Amino acid sequence: MKPPQIENIEVDLLLEAIFRRYGYDFRSYARASIERRIRQFLADIGGESISQIIPKVLYDRDFFMQLARRFSISVTEMFRDPFVYRAVRETVAPMLRTWPHIKIWNAGCATGEEVYSLAIVLKEEGVFDRATVYATDFNDEALARAKEGIYEIDRLREASGNYQQAGGKSSLSAYYHARYDAVAMDSTLKQRIVFSNHNLVSDHVFGEMHLIFCRNVMIYFNRELQKRVLGLFTESLARGGFLCLGTKEDLRFTDFSGRYAVVDDRAKIYKKTVADG
Amino acid sequence: MAGFYIMKGDGSHDRYRAVAIGGSAGGAAALETLLSCLTGDFPLPILVVQHLHPADGGAFSRQLARTVAPEVIEPCDKERIEAGRVYTAPANYHMVVEREGTIGLSIDGKVNFSRPSIDVLFESAANAWGREVTAVILSGASADGTEGMRAVRAAGGRTIAQDPAEARYPLMPQSAIDARVVERVLPAAAIGQLLHALGSREKAAGPCGMNLLPYG
Ligand SMILES: C[S@@+](CC[C@H](N)C(=O)[O-])C[C@H]1O[C@@H](n2cnc3c(N)ncnc32)[C@H](O)[C@@H]1O
Repeated sequence: MKPPQIENIEVDLLLEAIFRRYGYDFRSYARASIERRIRQFLADIGGESISQIIPKVLYDRDFFMQLARRFSISVTEMFRDPFVYRAVRETVAPMLRTWPHIKIWNAGCATGEEVYSLAIVLKEEGVFDRATVYATDFNDEALARAKEGIYEIDRLREASGNYQQAGGKSSLSAYYHARYDAVAMDSTLKQRIVFSNHNLVSDHVFGEMHLIFCRNVMIYFNRELQKRVLGLFTESLARGGFLCLGTKEDLRFTDFSGRYAVVDDRAKIYKKTVADG
Repeated sequence: MAGFYIMKGDGSHDRYRAVAIGGSAGGAAALETLLSCLTGDFPLPILVVQHLHPADGGAFSRQLARTVAPEVIEPCDKERIEAGRVYTAPANYHMVVEREGTIGLSIDGKVNFSRPSIDVLFESAANAWGREVTAVILSGASADGTEGMRAVRAAGGRTIAQDPAEARYPLMPQSAIDARVVERVLPAAAIGQLLHALGSREKAAGPCGMNLLPYG
């Protein structure tokens, strides 16, 4: 048997151990990235093989937590892909205005940069006051930081160009308060955002959403899990509701393209067309 | 050409499933030279990581598509990898090969100050295709790719570096050469001709080489 095949077995065993011991299910995550993270973890702790760390993962929760942190890398930024926020502003917001109350779900919100960007756009388009925005992630540490809404000032300076490109009507600095080299997001943005823990692998539907924003989360899942999650989103969306994926996530490569119309191909914004049966 | 096979040490039964290419500063021009040697029916997929400006927005891929014969695609996540196509990693994403024969993308942190990173692509290619992948490192002012070439070598795959004497920025190929993970050192055009020859050989060998699923 070739070494990669053996490693494949080891990875299966490790993920099975994690699932049965701690309930976190990474078995259906995109394999190449997971393997890279495991290998990196192994190199950092000076471990020799994946099989060797399995007992420690089973018996030592702190050790498992160190590894788990590698599995939920919450890399994100404000106004990433400005043309997406411009499309939300120009194409989606006018439709959202037709509903008296709107519910929005930002799934996989990481440390919150994305949901604050979205909140700013909705506010400038006059629909934020009628919205409830659910921002969820399964990583509690990331979620706590999202709730705090405190970021490095340099990161926001970098984002302000993107905010302008996204059609920003004011200045990004209007939405935060500087404190030394950090900034705190304005509390009026937080008023309509509900942060909560939700695991896309195991938790259930969130009702009657008008917009679901889930970007660069499903790229970490394999096709089967993507199917489950897209099923969850399709069930959660109100008729005519919008789904916005990452710019390199395309419904064409899933089983769900028939249930949505393309609203903006580049920004990966879709509209649910078929009502649930 | 023969030396290349003999170096594998087991005669003429090697199959080729894919080519992975990494470039950085000066790499785009070398890549064009290399790919210009290939015809539109090249029988293997080619995966490319070229370090890009974060705001590239697909421009690199579109430019390449205008200049070379094989079809050039900037893929989405889970896109199926097919022969005769060139897949260029999008700016701001790492690109990997999944064992199912699809493209995987991620926004994990930078590796070697780069996203996409050549090491990330090459390591996944080594895992998915083992000895049946050929990795090529082109011009660049970075050490990205060296660890990836090491992984491809360790898996029994072929490794080729652009001749540093020709490369606009010799550091990247030189780094891999210094790490002793390179089998052949050639100018970009010669690498293109070599790949063309491998392709013809693979076509002659028949269709099972097109099966992208690793290890049968
Ligand atoms: C790379 S970040 C993307 C952040 C943001 N959406 C963006 O595009 O900038 C991926 C996020 O997905 C979250 N995630 C991964 N698996 C998840 C799951 N099963 N349920 C909920 N969130 C998950 C991670 O914790 C992480 O915060």
